[in-house]
Amino acid sequence: MSDEPMKAGEEVDLSRRNFLTAATVATGAVGAAFTLVPFIASWKPSERARALGAPLEIDLSKLEPGQMVTQSWRKQPIYVVRRTPEAVATLEGHDASLKDPKSELSMQPDYTKNAQRSLKPEVLVVYAACTHLGCLPKQYFTQADPAMGAEWPGGFFCPCHGSRFDLAGRVFNGSPASANLGIPPHSFKSDSMLVIGVDATQGAA
Amino acid sequence: MAASSESTAKQGGFRAWLNKRLPVDEFVASQLTGYFAPKNFNIWYFFGSLALMVFVIQILSGIFLTMHYKPSELMAFDSVEYIMREVEWGWLIRYMHSTGASFFFIMVYLHMFRAMIYGSYREPRELLWILGMLLYLALMAEAFMGYVLPWGNMSYWGAQVIVNLFGTIPVVGPAIVEWIRGDYGIADSTLNRFFALHVIAVPFAIAFLILMHLVALRQTGSNNPDGIEIKKNLGADGKPIDGIPFHPYYTIKDLVGVGVFLIFFCGVIFFVPTFGGLFLEKPNFEPANALSTPEHIAPVWYFTAFYAMLRAVPDQQMGALLMLLAIVVLFFLPWLDRSPVKSIRYKGILSKIALALFVIAFIALSYLGLQPANDLYVILARVFTAIYFAFFILMPWYTRIEKTKPAPERVTYHG
Amino acid sequence: MVKAMRHSIFSAALALTLAFGSSAEAASGPGGAWTQWAAGNDVSNIASLQRGASNFMGYCAGCHSIKYMRYSRMAEDLKIPEAQLESLLVLPGSKKNDYITTALSAADGEAWFGKAPPDLSLITRSKGSDYVYQFLKTFYADPKSTNGTNNLALPGTAMPHVLSSLQGVQTAKFSEGEHVHWESFELVEPGQLSPEAYDDFVRDTVNFLEYVGEPAKAKRQALGVWVILFLLVFTGFAYLLKKEYWKDVK
Repeated sequence: MSDEPMKAGEEVDLSRRNFLTAATVATGAVGAAFTLVPFIASWKPSERARALGAPLEIDLSKLEPGQMVTQSWRKQPIYVVRRTPEAVATLEGHDASLKDPKSELSMQPDYTKNAQRSLKPEVLVVYAACTHLGCLPKQYFTQADPAMGAEWPGGFFCPCHGSRFDLAGRVFNGSPASANLGIPPHSFKSDSMLVIGVDATQGAA
Repeated sequence: MAASSESTAKQGGFRAWLNKRLPVDEFVASQLTGYFAPKNFNIWYFFGSLALMVFVIQILSGIFLTMHYKPSELMAFDSVEYIMREVEWGWLIRYMHSTGASFFFIMVYLHMFRAMIYGSYREPRELLWILGMLLYLALMAEAFMGYVLPWGNMSYWGAQVIVNLFGTIPVVGPAIVEWIRGDYGIADSTLNRFFALHVIAVPFAIAFLILMHLVALRQTGSNNPDGIEIKKNLGADGKPIDGIPFHPYYTIKDLVGVGVFLIFFCGVIFFVPTFGGLFLEKPNFEPANALSTPEHIAPVWYFTAFYAMLRAVPDQQMGALLMLLAIVVLFFLPWLDRSPVKSIRYKGILSKIALALFVIAFIALSYLGLQPANDLYVILARVFTAIYFAFFILMPWYTRIEKTKPAPERVTYHG
Repeated sequence: MVKAMRHSIFSAALALTLAFGSSAEAASGPGGAWTQWAAGNDVSNIASLQRGASNFMGYCAGCHSIKYMRYSRMAEDLKIPEAQLESLLVLPGSKKNDYITTALSAADGEAWFGKAPPDLSLITRSKGSDYVYQFLKTFYADPKSTNGTNNLALPGTAMPHVLSSLQGVQTAKFSEGEHVHWESFELVEPGQLSPEAYDDFVRDTVNFLEYVGEPAKAKRQALGVWVILFLLVFTGFAYLLKKEYWKDVK
């Protein structure tokens, strides 16, 4: 037994020590990173959240022209409106009073980038969230509604800060909101069965 | 050239800035590179740091379980199955926590055994031992309450039995039982308060006790397998000649311990998470049912030794008292041991036999506590309970009369 | 010294285990070789699980729910195409994302059978796969019981022998004398399946129930192999690092 705990005078193989330290630290770091993955992933929506957020089927056969239903999908309220032919006609002719008449700056799926912002001209599907700060806009579908003025073509009015949208969800000038109402992914399973959450394939009716 | 001296100056600058505000370098110098631990630590010296590691694992996995678990009697059981099936990687986090609970006790029992064989509870480390015992009690409370949370049938009936034990306290017993439960039987209120205690209160207490335990250790310095005080032999530099700096020698050695531990730990998690019904008991896969008792009520394995003692006594009050004494007597160990030497290596034959019998008794009692209480098992439980207590009660006598070997001057170390 | 102590502790523990290990004899019902029958599950056998799923939905789901399992999860794990899932397995009124419930309400179940048929999501975890296998194989004709059948694994069970159309009807022969125990079964009425085919049917169903008990099991075991291998590499490096640094210590 020596009087000193440490070996004196023998050479320390520094390169071997450095290599082994690096190898151990690197392996440990990789292990630590892999260990983090399950914890971080556990925050992703669970199977229950995904199931509750599964596509929502809405039967429109009972929906009269001029009527609207509100449904919830993935915790967001959604308006589905069966527009009358007159209402569809009003969509043209007031582009000058709209902030984004061609919906260039607004969020919608490709298949709704048309004049009516919909797959079927008479059915409007929009997120019921004002693009200003998220309140639910109220429906004012009557043309020239006394509360809205003689020029009013019909649409939505947000009670929180006064933003106004037409019957394609497009925002009027003078509104605090600057984008048109968003449109969720949707498609038609059959003529009257709307599916929210499934994108229409190219050229779907 | 200029660039590198600039960067070292910058480094030096930041380090200096930091050290003016926090004792970083001082800590490293006193607790890591400048703390000298005996060089002859053997395998028994891994379990303290591993117990600390399990504590960290439990906190981490526990926090993430709390994000999905619902502490209500209507939703608790379902929420655990939700975690197991529908939360991404929830099954892994759950198994980490349930396996961690059992491994915590394995590490702690092996850690305590080390203290017993090498006399690490002897003067001047009595307070270190007592803090450790308080940690053991806190850990038992934590584990008991944690086990109730899944609200399985064993959770419910285990809680029923253990809480009823408090009813044996004279005069105030029944009132205390109702006070603990918050209801007339084990109920939603019990579950909710156990959740609060298990997640916040007791972990804080454990964290604080661990800190005190480490401070007490660093104050006296570590014991070692030879039971001698290395500070008695200082070198020319004032450092113990049988000591080596904790960093890098024991930080690196403990890392190997971590690796080996993780192999066993992950082996259980990924291949045998229920461990044959010992870590996750079968009746707990059924929801709590106040109208249906499981065939055998048994606590989880780490409590069964004390449970066997409880059942060995025909009187409920005496049994509870005996169980309490079995833990209390451990607190007195530093003063019961009268041997002139600390370590079992140099104690006499009586101490060695006594310790062997104690270990056999504890293991046997643990096994018996898992079995149904039939006649033979009760007789055996009584025998082993007697041995358990004899180990302590007779210790002042056998440690004094036996012939010991002289403790060495220097530690035994074969590089 | 410690090594010798460790050795003696180990042998003492072993002796104790061997001496008391045979306490399984204290059975409450007729004991016998059937208690040794094992399910032999393999939850990685997808084909078996598919058959078991179909068996369960066809013969068990009328009364028993597996309420922690979703149809869609089952389809994903068992690789069941969506069309087959909808037409063959999803019960009328349920959607493919729903949990698998049963049409039989608890109240009706209790009224008709005396005890509501329990949910079976965790039956293999709480009672063991072997028990479930034994339960499905040890129904026998018993004129003394209220519904005409009894069961060795769960004597006095409220469940009728719903699989009798497949297994047939068997009687149980018990030994005479003081300690009554089961000796054998005799098939008095054949069912649609031969005894071997029925055995396969039961094994597939129990395998499926084990999957339902813990859907992540196959994934957990597969991942575990990689984890252990990785840890061996890490520990190897750590060990070499330790040995290198401890050369300093004399």
